[in-house]
Amino acid sequence: MTRLLRAPALLTPLLLGACDYQSYQSIFSGDAATEVHQFNILFVVFLVVCAVMYLLVLIFLATGILRARRASEAANVVESGRHNQSHPLMRSGLIAWGALVSVGLVALAIASFFADRSMAQAAAHEKLSITVTANQWWWDVQYNSGDVSKTLRTANELHLPVGVPVRITLHSNDVIHSFWVPSLAGKQDLIPGRENDITIVPQKVGIYRGQCAEFCGTQHAKMAFVVNVDSYADFLKWWSHQLQPAAAPTTPLAQAGYNYVTQGQCSSCHAIAGTPAGGTVGPDLTHFASRRSIAAGTMPMSEGNIYGWVEDPQSIKPGSHMPTIGMEPKDLHAVVAYLETLR
Amino acid sequence: MSSRFLASVLLTGATALALAACDREERHSRAKPIGETIPAGESPDTIWPGGTPAPALDARAKLYDNNSPAIAEGQFLYMKMNCVGCHFHGGGGMGPPLMDDEWRYGGRIDQIASSIAEGRPNGMPAWRTKLTDDQIWKLAAYVRSLSGQPSKDAVSSRSESMSATTPQSLTPREPAHTSDTAQQ
Repeated sequence: MTRLLRAPALLTPLLLGACDYQSYQSIFSGDAATEVHQFNILFVVFLVVCAVMYLLVLIFLATGILRARRASEAANVVESGRHNQSHPLMRSGLIAWGALVSVGLVALAIASFFADRSMAQAAAHEKLSITVTANQWWWDVQYNSGDVSKTLRTANELHLPVGVPVRITLHSNDVIHSFWVPSLAGKQDLIPGRENDITIVPQKVGIYRGQCAEFCGTQHAKMAFVVNVDSYADFLKWWSHQLQPAAAPTTPLAQAGYNYVTQGQCSSCHAIAGTPAGGTVGPDLTHFASRRSIAAGTMPMSEGNIYGWVEDPQSIKPGSHMPTIGMEPKDLHAVVAYLETLR
Repeated sequence: MSSRFLASVLLTGATALALAACDREERHSRAKPIGETIPAGESPDTIWPGGTPAPALDARAKLYDNNSPAIAEGQFLYMKMNCVGCHFHGGGGMGPPLMDDEWRYGGRIDQIASSIAEGRPNGMPAWRTKLTDDQIWKLAAYVRSLSGQPSKDAVSSRSESMSATTPQSLTPREPAHTSDTAQQ
């Protein structure tokens, strides 16, 4: 390959990669949440003010260089240093420059003040409270409610109503993690032994991806979650559906799976509402099959992936706390059949 | 001695040291299949009356004993499976202490694993159907570390989770006594 071709060859993949920038995990995906919207406005204000200043400085610098060259051709002129003796045009120019800088800084300060206030405003009007607890390497999600019977526990998936300020309280059970949904909000750390929080006002119905943004161990990359922003009615429908206990198995195969899950190793760690399975170590499985992904965003939800994950999680996510049980094929078929009924 | 010779000696020494460091402990996240000598779902008999020579140590012992990922995962399970509920952090409460030198059912790792898997009279539940063999052996590896049995470099000087106790690397090593003396 000639040298001439090498640079475009290197650049093309980068540029092509940028085509996908408005994917469902991007800070540039627009006005998906109030916070991001405010931040984008602030970003534009800063960009414009700084760009204007930068251009002016460059113009002055260029003229300065050109003038100095011309002057040196004539004679060596030493400035007196007394500004009252300098050219009146130069004097008013300098005063104008000072004024422009002050106005620019004041504009930035005002913009940042209002953006900050409007973000804080959202937190003051909290309508929905969610507690997210990070674990190596999955997210425990609890919807809080004054009414205990409405409290809901799920995992690796957040459902938010559009336009409603949501306060998310963040905890960690082991190491420091970071809650990051680029389309909806900035990063916020989850620190063991401390409580942190973040407020989001989603503005656009859609599906967004979140990701742990603080290295937290071998499977840090496979610690993602899905944020599903729904209309308010859809959200309430989802909530009331999730509050239902798991349906009893109907087929003999699913019944066998139910027996294995509730009596075997699964229930030591996993809980399924409405069954004797009540472990709190791993994700709640009550409506497992209704989620979009398996194992914290590791794989999309599908029958084949459930098979793979249940049979040998350690080959898919080595080091995770979920052990490879070494299930007999008949048990595996039964367990997967049962898990698929958990919709 | 020329400086060139000295440099080559140093380089050789450094290479040898670096190669020696390759022998890191193995991190196996999945139980390895070991030749089964007993029917699946049963633990071998690990208690022998006094005078009987003890059989050889289980082949799995070398995979778990002194293995720090195994000990760390065992510690996680020790907390999550509520071992602390009875044994506390080794000091014992409703269950016997695990940080002293007395072992009613033997202090070898295979004996501890068997105690966990099969349960013991007066309260210790059987975990065989509730945890995998791999997890039980990891727990056993951690239980041994409570009395300082593994070497100091295998246990953590900073535990995996928040803890107010002294680091495990400072745990004094207790000599393991046989079950007979523990009964006294």
